[in-house]
Amino acid sequence: MGQILYYYFNLDVIWRYLPDMLGGFLVTLSMAALVVVLGIVGGLVLAVLRAFRVRPLNWLMIFIVDAFRAVPPLVIMVFVYFALPYVGLSLSSFAAATLSLTLVLMAFAEEIFWAGITSVDRGQWEAARSTGIGFLGTLVSVILPQAVQLAIPPLTNRAIAITKGTSLASVIAVQEIINRASSAQAQAANPSPLMLGAILYLIIFAPLVRGSRWVEARFGRRR
Amino acid sequence: MQAIIQNFFNVGIVLHVWPLLLKGLLLTAELVLVVVPVGAVVGLLVATLYSFHVRWLNAILIAYVDLLRAFPPLVLLILIYFGMPFLNVNLPAFMAAALALFLNGSSYYGEIFRAGIESIGAGQWEAARSTGLTRLQTLTWVILPQAIRNVIPPLATNTLELIKATSIASVVAFPELLRSARIAQGLVYNPTPLMVAALIYFILLWPLVRVLSRLERRLIN
Repeated sequence: MGQILYYYFNLDVIWRYLPDMLGGFLVTLSMAALVVVLGIVGGLVLAVLRAFRVRPLNWLMIFIVDAFRAVPPLVIMVFVYFALPYVGLSLSSFAAATLSLTLVLMAFAEEIFWAGITSVDRGQWEAARSTGIGFLGTLVSVILPQAVQLAIPPLTNRAIAITKGTSLASVIAVQEIINRASSAQAQAANPSPLMLGAILYLIIFAPLVRGSRWVEARFGRRR
Repeated sequence: MQAIIQNFFNVGIVLHVWPLLLKGLLLTAELVLVVVPVGAVVGLLVATLYSFHVRWLNAILIAYVDLLRAFPPLVLLILIYFGMPFLNVNLPAFMAAALALFLNGSSYYGEIFRAGIESIGAGQWEAARSTGLTRLQTLTWVILPQAIRNVIPPLATNTLELIKATSIASVVAFPELLRSARIAQGLVYNPTPLMVAALIYFILLWPLVRVLSRLERRLIN
């Protein structure tokens, strides 16, 4: 027991690395906020573009969206950070990680919004158009409000999953929670910073996981 | 254009590093074949136990599921691989990765199966029990077949995510596909192996992604 306390909950060590770890906490939070906002907005824009049903454009979009859903985010991140510099595109590690996760969330969000748009009954389109509202007007003020409502539960889950994905950024040396925890552990020769890191993740995600159940109950389809 | 072909689609390099990447792919497959079935079975077990509505047991099961879903799999992996040796528990990279992915995957599978079981009305339970089936028989022969059918799309989604998550094993130097590609990149000073690894993931997982899109859209419509 004493050993467990000494190695995993060593207050001396935790106290020493707390300020540094809180810095990592902020990096994780700001990356997550950027990714969630940019990814969801990007996905919505793509879904709206897809509603215009321009054939070649849609095929291209489906292909790219599928690619970002099929390839692991860590592979995308490593590619952006380590491969793109060979063709003259060097991004900072924070930018590379944020860009990769944003693209992944954008792909998932597009798919979710599109499923929402197609699930709105055709009659709604016809009724709105017959009152003289234009295509874009119908889409924005009649279809999207209903589609977005349907999209909220799966989108919440996706946003949480992608926020967890910020931990992958540690691999390309972004100084977020787990990256700093690993260096602190190596310096202190004591894994308490790892436990501190785990606790910081719990502070972010435990409410989110609980909250997603609430969202599911509030916005989910009633059977 | 020339630079892109030279650096991302260099055929000579593909041929040169192909055996290394293939070995990596096999190790990825090994990891998937261990983690997905074991995770699914344990998830089903968790959901089954949950359906018996034993209060103290359910408190433990919910804690298990919610706690593990709250941690990114990479965090679990680092805790296991770098944190446990201090207690003299030294797991090889494969075991550590498999354990982390299993803990993460089984909690999601458990939550999905639980939702499936709860989607079946109480009338089914009562009808089956009244014909003389035991609780376990009712669950096995009446509830689960319907429950599982109801949650096929999320099951497939979770399986896809779990397969993709095996790439984190590269972080603890387990030479699966991504790690092999990084090693190959270092050997040839050219990022083509990374592109090839991404393409391999894409080609193998694309069918699953397509099927999932269909399934999800049919579910909403």
